[in-house]
Amino acid sequence: MRSPDPFVPSLFRVDRVRRESADTVTLGLLPIQGEIPAFRSGQFFMLYAFGIGEIPVSVSGLWGQGPLLHTVRAVGPVSQALCRLRPGDTLGVRGPYGSPWPLPQAEGGDLLLIAGGLGLAPLRSALLPALAERERYGRIALLYGARSPADLLFGEERSDWSSRDDLQVEVTVDHASPAWRGSVGVVPARISHTRFAPERTHAFVCGPEVMMRYSAAALLGAGVPPARIFLSLERNMKCAFAVCGRCQFGSTFICRDGPVFAYDRISRLLSLREL
Amino acid sequence: MPEGHVPTAGEAIIDREGLQALLDALGARGFSVIGPRIRDEAIVYAPLRNVADLPEGWTDRQDGGRYRLERRGDRALFGYAVGPHSWKQFLFPPRQRLWQARRTEAGFDLLEEPPPSERWAFLGIRACELHALAIQDRVFLGGSHPDRSYAERRRDLFLVALQCGEPSGTCFCVSMETGPKASSGFDLALTELLGDGSHRFLVEVGSRAGEEILAAIPHRSAGEADRREAEAVLDSTASRMGRTLDTRGIRELLQDHPEHPRWEEVATRCLACANCTMVCPTCFCSTVEDHTALTGESAERTRLWDSCFSLDFSYLHGGSVRKEIRSRYRQWITHKLSTWFDQFGSSGCVGCGRCITWCPVGIDITEEVRAIRSSLLEPTHA
Repeated sequence: MRSPDPFVPSLFRVDRVRRESADTVTLGLLPIQGEIPAFRSGQFFMLYAFGIGEIPVSVSGLWGQGPLLHTVRAVGPVSQALCRLRPGDTLGVRGPYGSPWPLPQAEGGDLLLIAGGLGLAPLRSALLPALAERERYGRIALLYGARSPADLLFGEERSDWSSRDDLQVEVTVDHASPAWRGSVGVVPARISHTRFAPERTHAFVCGPEVMMRYSAAALLGAGVPPARIFLSLERNMKCAFAVCGRCQFGSTFICRDGPVFAYDRISRLLSLREL
Repeated sequence: MPEGHVPTAGEAIIDREGLQALLDALGARGFSVIGPRIRDEAIVYAPLRNVADLPEGWTDRQDGGRYRLERRGDRALFGYAVGPHSWKQFLFPPRQRLWQARRTEAGFDLLEEPPPSERWAFLGIRACELHALAIQDRVFLGGSHPDRSYAERRRDLFLVALQCGEPSGTCFCVSMETGPKASSGFDLALTELLGDGSHRFLVEVGSRAGEEILAAIPHRSAGEADRREAEAVLDSTASRMGRTLDTRGIRELLQDHPEHPRWEEVATRCLACANCTMVCPTCFCSTVEDHTALTGESAERTRLWDSCFSLDFSYLHGGSVRKEIRSRYRQWITHKLSTWFDQFGSSGCVGCGRCITWCPVGIDITEEVRAIRSSLLEPTHA
């Protein structure tokens, strides 16, 4: 009996597709055989599009008790191919890989989720379980920034979230449209508009690296301890289990030791150019 | 295969005919023997069946950016150091199909690769290379997802080590504490003895499989004079290292100075050609390629050696993280000599000197470390 080959994906079928914006879709995936593998929010899977290639994509959660959700933005050949998939199509999936958002550690205190762009997808996978066990947390706030109102993701769900009394939602865009009534500007600027007790807060941040660096600085400025700020990093990766060498960041492998890192562990590395 | 402690019956002596008998015995047991051969004016590792295939009477002269074969003036079969090949090409092939996909009515199916059809015996693997093998074992097999193809190729390996008799001008295994003596991790180890006018090999046994093979070939017990000569070979090799590397505090030395001006300086010479990473026996970075048949009916995924010196290596939507050569050289040497300790519990360098020899501009890893270390001792450098 041969041991399993870690490079060989399992086959999944697209169960449903939800268009989130002009260039972004959420794919609901079900395994052709067996169960959806157990995962924790913040982890990622490698998704393979037939003949095109494979990319890491964070889990954006489950669809109720249904399929595994991945939200994909069409930016390169593989993500474009994934965004073209239709219900019934087959794709390769392997995982989960990487470190999760430390939700259990955040229990009993306030929780800040700070998302930039597509970074909302991995944070959705943290927000949903936190809302499902709402009583375990103090205040919860979601701060979300996108390039423009047309780029905002999870529209219907977000309006549900905004209507909740037990969740503060702050949304901002870089460039407003004429109809936009919300705030304009960068996400870190919304931190000062958010209600939380810094000393008992955990902050999970996911977005472009520059946005995460400024968010971390703003959180530190507000008094959140560096060991309670968590960032989800991204680098080129091919294997997802620390043998292709590509995602090294200092002595860490982002695929294995990350993608979710405590800020105190990586702040020095983040300050180095072209590391 | 060299697992567990084996009580050795003491060293043995074989002659040239005995070495041929060893090759024959390995062949008879189903091993394809890989060993040193001359190809394109270099000594490389390739299949061989006969003692006559070995580079008899040749040696190599190596320095930064320089490699030349020369005649020795004796009939030594292993009278040279390491060449451009390392053994990693057999366990971690430079180009390897990972799997295939075939279109079906319902979507597509995946076809896994079959197990390797060959069992290899490596003839002439040196102490530094055994250390490199152990390092790659930790990389490919030590994690949560062991690399199956590496494991399957590695499992049946038979290792005939060579106690190094001829260091090159770029060798520094003594500094890295990886040689020249191979003391474990082999099935058999040979020391080539040329003294007393008799060409022979002292054989040490490192495993039961090695013991079994030795029993099957003509040999005699080693005498005190044989043992003394073998020790002298290793002592002489250790005393003739072409390079040295001061490894004291090297992990901190490199990790603590990511902005050292030396990185800019070396970048003015480095061509980012990736030769150093291709010849390195421990470098393990790879990429993958996807190919589709013109009909669109099938596709395959291939793993290829890659290098932290390529721009594409760090590509992330919109551009590469390490755009400057400075950043790429810093990544390579810092990983090799420093962060490797954090990741795998040892240095990633075994002191084989290949990266120095095969660098087209002769950049010397030992010199780069020396430059950084000495600059920090000067009071003018804050």
